[in-house]
Amino acid sequence: MKIFATYNIKGGVGKTATAVNLAYLAAKDGYRVLLWDLDPQAAATYLFRVRPRVKGGGKALIQGTRTLDGAIKGTDFDNLDLLPADFTYRNLDLLLDAAKKPARKLSRLLGPLRAEYDVVFLDCPPSISLLSESVLHAADALLVPLIPTTLSVRTLDQLTEFIAGFDGDRPDILAFFSMIDRRKSLHKEIAAALPGQRSDVAATVIPALSLIEQMSVRRAPVAAFAPRSTAARCYAELWAEARNRAGLPPAKPG
Amino acid sequence: MRTALREFVLDDSGMPESDDYLVALGPRLRWRGDGRARTVRRAWLDTFDWRLYRAGLTLELTTGRGSGELTLTGRDGAVVAAQQAGAAGGRPKWPGLLDALPVGPLRERLRPVVGVRALLPVARAASTVHDLRVLNSDDKTVARVTVDRMSVSYPAGAVLPPRLTVTALRGYQPQADRLADILAAARGVTDGAAGALEAALAAAGRQPGDYTGKISVRLAPHAPAVTAVAAVLEQLFDTALANVGGVLRDIDSEFLHDLRVAVRRTRSTLKLAGDVLPDGLASRFRPEFKWLGDLTTPTRDLDVYLLGFDAMAAGLVAASPAELRPFHDQLARRRAAEQRQLARGLRNTRFSKLTADWREALGGAAATRKARPAAAQLAGRRIRKAHRRVLADGAAITAASAPELMHDLRKRCKDLRYLLEIFGSLYDPGEHWQAVRELKSLQDCLGEFQDTEVQRGELRAFAAQMMDERTAPAATLLAMGEVAAGLAVRQRQARGEFAGRFRDFASPASQRRILAMTQTAAS
Repeated sequence: MKIFATYNIKGGVGKTATAVNLAYLAAKDGYRVLLWDLDPQAAATYLFRVRPRVKGGGKALIQGTRTLDGAIKGTDFDNLDLLPADFTYRNLDLLLDAAKKPARKLSRLLGPLRAEYDVVFLDCPPSISLLSESVLHAADALLVPLIPTTLSVRTLDQLTEFIAGFDGDRPDILAFFSMIDRRKSLHKEIAAALPGQRSDVAATVIPALSLIEQMSVRRAPVAAFAPRSTAARCYAELWAEARNRAGLPPAKPG
Repeated sequence: MRTALREFVLDDSGMPESDDYLVALGPRLRWRGDGRARTVRRAWLDTFDWRLYRAGLTLELTTGRGSGELTLTGRDGAVVAAQQAGAAGGRPKWPGLLDALPVGPLRERLRPVVGVRALLPVARAASTVHDLRVLNSDDKTVARVTVDRMSVSYPAGAVLPPRLTVTALRGYQPQADRLADILAAARGVTDGAAGALEAALAAAGRQPGDYTGKISVRLAPHAPAVTAVAAVLEQLFDTALANVGGVLRDIDSEFLHDLRVAVRRTRSTLKLAGDVLPDGLASRFRPEFKWLGDLTTPTRDLDVYLLGFDAMAAGLVAASPAELRPFHDQLARRRAAEQRQLARGLRNTRFSKLTADWREALGGAAATRKARPAAAQLAGRRIRKAHRRVLADGAAITAASAPELMHDLRKRCKDLRYLLEIFGSLYDPGEHWQAVRELKSLQDCLGEFQDTEVQRGELRAFAAQMMDERTAPAATLLAMGEVAAGLAVRQRQARGEFAGRFRDFASPASQRRILAMTQTAAS
């Protein structure tokens, strides 16, 4: 089971759109996929038309009185399940703080699902918190959407440094430029230059496209409702990069 | 992911081609169709003796483009394993052995169940399938429904009433259950839990599991023995004939095995209980069945060698398995030649005359009005006699006895075993099972002794022949020598175990069991 997490300290950079589309594409490749919407805003949950409610809330999951297994919902797409968000997830930090070894908690909770899923996506809320630390420890790979500004590149460096201080396994980082506005020369310059200079920045960029915004109206991955669009193609390329770096073959072997 | 299936059958009288009627069944539900109908071609695969069905498994091959997909499901309809049917670019042909499938979890799950048998299509059908979804107020799918209109093409042509399958999405089981309850209560909808394979076979007048190599005829203790013996012979004859096609096509080694067992049982029945049949029937047909049995022996002997070859090669200590390869090739060549001889024999007029005459003779025997002896009386007398014979012959064997005496005892044990099998349905199943188990333990030991003896002799003959033909390098002959040495060790071991096995078989408790079992049934 490979765990990918879409993570950025900032909000509105395309984390959820990435998690939703890449999870869909992984499922299309034949992998058994689970997407866990950890953001109490429940955007990924909304996009899959699932009600943002988990029995017992985040407390029951973190304290182990209910298993993750019982909270999972099937999406409308083959091989793709969702662990929905719940408004109580806003307190996950407090709950983790009260738990033993909070940084390892998510990893332990996901353990029993290893036999059932090949790929897990964690869609994280924007923050630096105990929850994000737990996510960083659980993930095999971080997918970090970047808005092409000098500041966001600094944030990536900070994240890399933070992870370098981890004991034991560290997640692989794959940053990529998101919400690129082709009319802005700064966007174009940074997005063109950086992937060549840094191995942790993907060659694929995700442009700011109205079709991606339409996901919230269509309530489906863009790769599902507009499979031939530029947006769908960009996500497919990003998935191919992420998949290759994680050592997963293009299609799940029989 | 989807879980839990429920299947229904629609009464197709006057059913329109569209799915509007389905919507009418659940008018308050929100339905959505998933585009155009799909065409699905299906074949269900199993072994000739229904090993998958008996293990609660169903193997379905669905084909469209490419090599198709194999799906193995359990009794509850849940998918156990699934994979592409063909290795890269290849499309396996059916019937086919398991090794024709690509390496994967499905093949490994099937291996212990299927064993040496081939998989062959037991039914074929083509379907037009509509996919529908039931949505909640958020337009989220909460259950899927497929409507499958199936035309069966094998084992006989038939059009089946439409089948509905309700599939729950994970986390939406209550909604799917509610939908299933609505459908179950609707007029013209019946439960389809028996499954599509059963429906396809039923349309052809068959049912899964309708072949078994075992004697399954139920005998009545007080029925005339002649009727019972004729009924057993009739079933043995059906079993033998059912396997002839598979032997001729050389589908797998077990067709020949089952044919041989049926013939041997027939011969034993004629020898041990044939005197109750009218018109000297037993003495008339015994030579014919001996001819048939002998016809099958060379191919079967070589099958036994080839089936055990890998284990034999794996047991080598000094030589390498590769050095036995020329021996394997020699066996395979000989087997191919013997198989051709066998097929010629089965296409021969002597065989067709035997089958025609035997069927007619059995019909005459079954119509005989001879009330005495009763089945259980005859069975009891013959079993006790055969049992006494085994006890006497076994008791006479000492450590110094010649191998021939062991061989003779093995034959007596076979007589007893066949009698127990032929008349098994007359007895208490628990007692009968115990009696067979005790005998089998003795038979296994005698079989090991005799088989290793025969195989050593054959091995010497093969080696001499391969020397003559210059097809055996020295390394191969040395490896064969090592195999022969291994056989000698096994034979000595079997000889050493004999006394203990016989003691168990001849124990007073075991003797009382045979006596009580046969007397109770006859009373």
